[in-house]
Amino acid sequence: MKIKQISIFLENKRGRLYEALKALAEEGINIRALSIADTSEFGILRLIVTDPEKTKEILEKNEFTVKLTNVVAIAVKDKPGGLAEALKYLYDANINIEYIYAFVEKSGEKAVVVLRTENLDKTISILQEKGVTILNWDHVLAL
Amino acid sequence: MTLNNMIWNKDFECMSEEEIKKLQLERLKQTVKRAYEKVPYYKKKFDEIGLKPEDIQTLDDIKNIPFTSKADLREVYPFGMFASPLSEIVEIHMSSGTTGKPVVAGYTRNDIEVWSEVMARCLTMAGATKDDIVQNCYGYGLFTGGFGVHYGAQKIGAMVVPASAGNTRRQIEIMRDFGTTILTCTPSYALYMAEVAYEMGVEPTTLKLKAGCFGAEMWTEQMRREIEKRFNLIALNIYGLTEIIGPGVAHECIEKKGLHVFEDHFFVEIIDPDTGDPLPEGNRGELVFTTLTREGMPMLRFRTKDITSLKRDKCSCGRTFARIERIRGRTDDMIKVRGVMIFPYQIERTILEVQGVEPHYQIIITRPQHLDELEVMVEMSKETFSDEVKHIENLRKKLEKRIEETIGIRVKVTLVEPKSLPRSEGKAKRVIDKRSLVD
Ligand SMILES: [Zn+2]
Repeated sequence: MKIKQISIFLENKRGRLYEALKALAEEGINIRALSIADTSEFGILRLIVTDPEKTKEILEKNEFTVKLTNVVAIAVKDKPGGLAEALKYLYDANINIEYIYAFVEKSGEKAVVVLRTENLDKTISILQEKGVTILNWDHVLAL
Repeated sequence: MTLNNMIWNKDFECMSEEEIKKLQLERLKQTVKRAYEKVPYYKKKFDEIGLKPEDIQTLDDIKNIPFTSKADLREVYPFGMFASPLSEIVEIHMSSGTTGKPVVAGYTRNDIEVWSEVMARCLTMAGATKDDIVQNCYGYGLFTGGFGVHYGAQKIGAMVVPASAGNTRRQIEIMRDFGTTILTCTPSYALYMAEVAYEMGVEPTTLKLKAGCFGAEMWTEQMRREIEKRFNLIALNIYGLTEIIGPGVAHECIEKKGLHVFEDHFFVEIIDPDTGDPLPEGNRGELVFTTLTREGMPMLRFRTKDITSLKRDKCSCGRTFARIERIRGRTDDMIKVRGVMIFPYQIERTILEVQGVEPHYQIIITRPQHLDELEVMVEMSKETFSDEVKHIENLRKKLEKRIEETIGIRVKVTLVEPKSLPRSEGKAKRVIDKRSLVD
């Protein structure tokens, strides 16, 4: 149920984000979701792409530091409180969320959100138990 | 492994401070006179500042004598520093000329006798007696290492195996078959030999080695422990340089609390490398030597570029000669930040410890107001990159903390992308000093 995410270390230097995205565009990599975490010192670009392994290869060839991480993608109702409801289950179970960001595309009427928590296995079992839709890799590719 | 405390020449090595000073002054005066009269280079330098050999009346007066640098020696290549006619010179050695012309050292028969004496003292510190087998893996040739150890071992009457460097498998075979008890080589070669021994199926701890004199390159306490463990021997530090005599200028006793300088033959000073002023006891600075008995090539206040400090407190081995701590670095690599001497290798080692991989880094020194600021840019390694901000922040803070603990100065660490720091052929440019030269 976990999906692969690409994380890229970025210096806070002009043009680095553009260079990373350009390298992927030239190789025809399609970005399905994206987020940037940044501090005054550096940034981490996180991507969900159609071909994570190839993406890693391309970026490394372009001298980027890259890591593949597991995350969970869930589908929540696209209306006020839809996401909050899912997060409450995790909160009640004492699971800390490390970060969260949304997909551009929807899954039918639902919004898709990427989650990384301190314990992904536990997160999956709790959300499944509560009936939250968890997307597998095929679902993600079909978005 | 333990060693007996043995002293080769108690008459000199255990002299009282008063006796040493008296002897040093007498010998210094002779040396200065000889240098002035026989070496045009010194005469010119003395005359330029109006200094006469008779002006040296106390040991303290030595500070009026101009320094001699390696560059000075190169200028008079090949024999310009000799104070004896070539007919009196019986041996020549040469320091490697990686930058510019080499330095040539000439020895009279008496110089060779002094060299044998000081090397005998060194080897005795390592427990060598006439019953020992000394395997000497320092190179024989123009380099001083091989011959210096050889003369000392022969003076003691030990059996010396002139193995020289290289042919490592044969070295191990000799060690095993002859029952070598004392090993002399560079510390890195010792570690390499241990590896080769394993490959050959020889367990190095089963060899008969009891001690080793290791030197001719900078090494660390960590390497010492490693060598001692691998071979089950006592590893001692030897120091010397071609310009002064070769190996045998200073050596560690079994206390391992610094290297005793043979002060009856070499006068030692520690100076501030920037100002040239002598530094108080215990302070780190540049090591400077004046030879006291050298005939062929007297050396006055030679700047070694090696950084160390000097201690005169009593050593439990019984020797009264002052001790230098192990060489901490070279003045060429030193940077002074807020008056504190720091070496890039200290920072490099710390990053290596934290990151676990060979680091690429750059040190940038600025002076935004009136205070020096130190920034260390470290390339993020694949191994330490984490997807989480807080982990990277922690890594950065840990680097800052550990570097500060090592060098004693607060630094700012910036993590940068791999391969973003400039590389050049061979040595990377590690330090960028952006401080303006005028205060
Ligand atoms: Zn001692």
